[in-house]
Order: sequence, then C-alpha cells, then structure tokens
Amino acid sequence: MSTEIPAPMNQFGPYGGRYVPETLIGALDELSSAYDDAASDQSFSSEVDSLLRDFSGRPTALYHAERLGEAAGHPSVYLKREDLNHTGAHKINNTIGQALLAIRMGKRRIIAETGAGQHGVATATACALFDLECIVYMGEEDVERQALNVYRMKLLGAEVRAVGSGTRTLKDATNEAIRDWVTSVETTHYIIGSVVGPDPFPRMVRDFQAVIGRETREQILKITGRLPSAVFACVGGGSNAIGIFDSFLSDKEVRLIGVEAAGTGIETGQHAASLAVGKPGVLHGSFSYLLQDEDGQVSPAHSVSAGLDYPGVGPQHSYLKDIGRAEYTAVTDQDALDAFHRLAELEGIIPALESAHAIAYVLKVAAKYRNDGPVVVCLSGRGDKDVSHVAQIEGNEPLV
Amino acid sequence: MDDDVLISKSFKLLGSEGRTALIPYVTAGYPNRDATVPLLERLKDVGADIIELGIPFSDPLADGPTIQRSSFTALENGTTVASILADLRTFRDGNDLPIVLFSYLNPILAYGLEAFLSDAVTAGADGILLTDLPTGADPELEAKISESPLALIRLIAPTTPFERVPRVTHGGSGFVYYISRTGVTGARVKLRESLAEELGQIRSVVSLPVAVGFGISTPEQAASVAGVADGVVIGSALIEALDKGGIDGGADFLHSIRIGMDRG
Repeated sequence: MSTEIPAPMNQFGPYGGRYVPETLIGALDELSSAYDDAASDQSFSSEVDSLLRDFSGRPTALYHAERLGEAAGHPSVYLKREDLNHTGAHKINNTIGQALLAIRMGKRRIIAETGAGQHGVATATACALFDLECIVYMGEEDVERQALNVYRMKLLGAEVRAVGSGTRTLKDATNEAIRDWVTSVETTHYIIGSVVGPDPFPRMVRDFQAVIGRETREQILKITGRLPSAVFACVGGGSNAIGIFDSFLSDKEVRLIGVEAAGTGIETGQHAASLAVGKPGVLHGSFSYLLQDEDGQVSPAHSVSAGLDYPGVGPQHSYLKDIGRAEYTAVTDQDALDAFHRLAELEGIIPALESAHAIAYVLKVAAKYRNDGPVVVCLSGRGDKDVSHVAQIEGNEPLV
Repeated sequence: MDDDVLISKSFKLLGSEGRTALIPYVTAGYPNRDATVPLLERLKDVGADIIELGIPFSDPLADGPTIQRSSFTALENGTTVASILADLRTFRDGNDLPIVLFSYLNPILAYGLEAFLSDAVTAGADGILLTDLPTGADPELEAKISESPLALIRLIAPTTPFERVPRVTHGGSGFVYYISRTGVTGARVKLRESLAEELGQIRSVVSLPVAVGFGISTPEQAASVAGVADGVVIGSALIEALDKGGIDGGADFLHSIRIGMDRG
C-alpha cells in the first residue's frame, strides 16, 4: 500500500489549498488538469479572446476622469471601465472562460453563487450563449435587494434558487452551491465568481480576470508614457482587484490598494473587512483571512453592497497583504453611497456600489499622489442594479 | 498512534461475534446543552458501538438541512469546543464506549490544533473525523493528528478515483468512513445498488474496517448495509427522531436500527 502523501495544494504562501469534502477531490483534479491543458492550448485562448472582443466588447476603455480628479485633488485619475463590458461588470471575463472549460470537460450543467447578482447574470449570459443549463444560488436578502438582476437571470433562461439558511447572503449562497456540487459533481461544473474556493479556482479566476490588468498596463503606458503610481480596486472576494493588480505585481513602484467594505464602521462590527480585521481560517475550501469569532464560527458580514458582503477573501490577497505587496483599507457604506452620487454627478457614470468603495477611497487620498504620476481605479461594474436599492435607502418608494 | 485501541477493540469484538458496528452521529449541544451527556448514555444503552459527536459549525457545507439545523440550534445554545469536551469528560467517567469527534476544520484551528489534540485526548476522545480535510490537503496538519493518540478517521467517496483509494487512508486509523453516495448528509429513500461491489473494491486495497454512512434512515436499509459493511453510521435520521420524540424518541429509533441490523 502506498504511503506517499500528495504535495500540498497551497498556492499562495500558507494561503489557499483544498479544504473540501473528499467527494470533490476527483472533480478538482479533473478541473485542474483540464484547465492546465486549456491554458497551454492556443485555440482555447484565442476563442476566449475573440468572444471577449466580439461578444463582451473588450478592450474596455481607460478613461481620464478629469472632473473626478479635480474633486479628488489629482490631475490624472483614470478609470478602467469594466462597467462597459457586456452585462455591466468584469464578471463576464471569468464566466466565458469557465463556460468554455465546462464544455471542454463535457459538463453541460452549470451552477453558480451570486451576491449582487452580477456574477449570476454573467453566468446566465454565458450559459445562454453556449446553450448550457444554469442554476444560480442567491441569498434571500440579496434576492430582495437585487430584484433587477434576479429578473435578468430569469430572462436569460437561468433558474434562480433563493437560499434562506444562515445569513441569507453570499456566504450561504456559496454553501448551497457547494452542496449542489457535492451532489451533482459528475455532471456539473461550478463556476465560482471570485478568486476564492479550493484550488484551482483562485488561480484560474485570476488568470481569466488578468485581462483587466494587461489592458490597463498597455493603455496607461500609451496614454501617459508611464506606469501608474497607484492602482485602486474594491475587494469582496477580490476578483476585479486581483485582475487589475496581476500585471503590476512585479512593478514594485506601483502601489496596489484594495478597498474593503467597512459597512457601518469597523468599530460597530457590522462590516466585511476580512483583511483589515479578520484572522486566517478555513471557509469554502481555502485558508485565508476570515471574519470569525473566537470559537472559529464564521461571523456574518455586512455591507450596503451585496457583492462585498462576504466574510472571506481570496487567498492571494491574504498573501499579498502579508508580504506587503498590496495594501488594504476599508470605507463605510455612507462613504460608498456618497461616491455613488459624486461619480454620477461629476462624470455621468453611475458606478456599482461595490466599485463606489474604490471611488470613495480615491476621493479621500488621491491628492497625496498628485506629484507621483497617474492613478488608476478599477470601475468594476455599473450601478443600474443598485439604483432602486439606493433610492430606497434614501427614503424613496421602491422603483421596481 | 496505538491509542485508537478502543475503536479497534470494538471492531475486533464485533467481528468475532459476526456483528456490525452501529455508529450513531449526534450534534453536540442539540437539542439543548444539557441533553448531550444523557443522550450519549442512552445511545450506548440501546446498542451504539461507537458514537460520532458532532462539533457544530456555522457553515456546514457537507451537511443537508437536518444537520445544518441542528448545528445552528446548538450554536445558538452556546455550544463550543470547550463545552463539548467538558460534556465528553462527564460521559467518559464510567463509560468506555469509543467516541469520535466529527468536525469541520475551522473550530479546531481557532481552538489551536495542539491544544485541541491534547484536551480532546484528556477528555476521553478516541478519534477525529474532519469533513473538510481530505487526505493530502495539509500534510503537516494531518501528520500532527496522526501522531496524536486520536485515530484520524479518513473518508472515501464514490467519486474518489480508485487509484487514490489506497492513499486516502494514509495516516488514518480506527476505521474508514465510506460515503455511500455523492451529496450532503441526510436521510434518503434509496441507497446505491452498487454498494457491495464498491465496498469489495475498497477492501481489496484498504485493511481498516469500513463503516458506511450518508442516507441510511430505516432498519431495513441498516440491515442491508450491515450485510456488507463493518459499520453503519446513522446521523440525520437520528436527529429527526430526536426532533419528534426527544431523547427517548431518539433512543427508541436507534434501538430499532440495532434490532434490524442484528436480525440481518
């Protein structure tokens, strides 16, 4: 009998791994090898590239936001316009890639979790495009606050399953998606929406999102002739942030700054700032910073933005934090709501509440970088989905 | 390493009598904090051979609705690793029934792995089963558990590739838990028809006793599994019986399973 122990799957220093039920190990091995095979196959990457170009509208613009810059005290603030993607957010970069991979593996049933609904819509879109069965798990609370996206998913032919257990948000939608996958793994691919979950998801989703950073690097060099002094992105699970950070990791002079959700304030305990105040632990298959109590029970997260309302974070972010290559901070619900309005009024762009966190932080700190060169903010999604919710928060009647 | 002695002894004794181990699962602190010790005693009285004592976790992603609900209630009741070990110590006083702690990894990491291993042994635990620590996921951590007096109970799933099966038991002892179907825990109407064949394949490469769980809910199912396995695990169906009839209801239900298994 062999006593050989397989090599550990940790990919990012001590973070990452495959802390999942034994039932999923075969599928994760299959997925890893299918992905490694696809990643080295020219025809796979050209198919992804051409769909991102012709179907999603890439490359997305890098836009010089002059009035935002003026308000922030910095003459050259650039927005990476991921909101201009088809479906309105960066999520489609990943779902097109993973849907093609599912087809390669002969799996025609797709499941996904969603918080704000952006990943659910992007998954439903890819499934409509490739004629795949699509089931999206979404917390009941999110179903209520993101009604528009629920209807969009249904229009695209997906089944939306509301999850009523636990905190009724993204964390529990993810639990339920994993439970489905444990049951259906032989026929089903799980399209995780962020750089979280067991290996190979964090590195695979990063690779699919890295197109954001590749384009940004090329565009900023072309427009300004230099690298940015800082790159800002919001962090929930952290996929848009990893996507834009990836191409700048070895440019040590570029500061990489992730902005988490401070909810009603870190001191209130109602927040989603896993990196700022969490402790490393295991949730959803990987070891990473996690909001938890002293008994190791996962604490409920809170954010006005459903997409950031998650107690964990991608393991690569934990690693980048520990080695000091990226910095993480957090802004409150109120700061994000203010930034939501400011960007609409200053630039004619309504940002997703998630992205509004990054905008809010740039408004606070950009002036400090004014003599250091351009700064880039990843505008990960557009805010149409949030309009009704924000109107309600501000005391208006629901719009839909 | 050799202190899974109670578990091994239990399987040896049963084997010599031609009987199969009955292994109930209960969530610690459910239905209330005071129930755990009397419940363990009653389960022993009605014929449990080994008991799996569940440490509740906020995100039990390998569990179906029944055990999820029992876990959430147990947490609301204030159940912690420390309170469970205290209950275990109370039960141990005068009982030598083997106890396997059943947990997700995070509560153990938060308690501190080394402190947990030492305190669990002191409290009288015989084994540990971790649902989200598959073999090879964390060799350093797995080695620490294997080197402790606790038996590390390994799991095999129907989706485990056959070539992986012999490696899955690496560092494991006591017994191997075969998940009788893909999916989460929970009572099922039908079990896999291919179970006997699957167990035959596992036995061809694994020398530890094999217990079967996931979905077993009636005396008939238990009897049919007992015909091919070394142990039968009953979890969700027992929790449901506790919901309906309290500790007495749970004990009566487990007794009916025992009778079904022994009748064969």
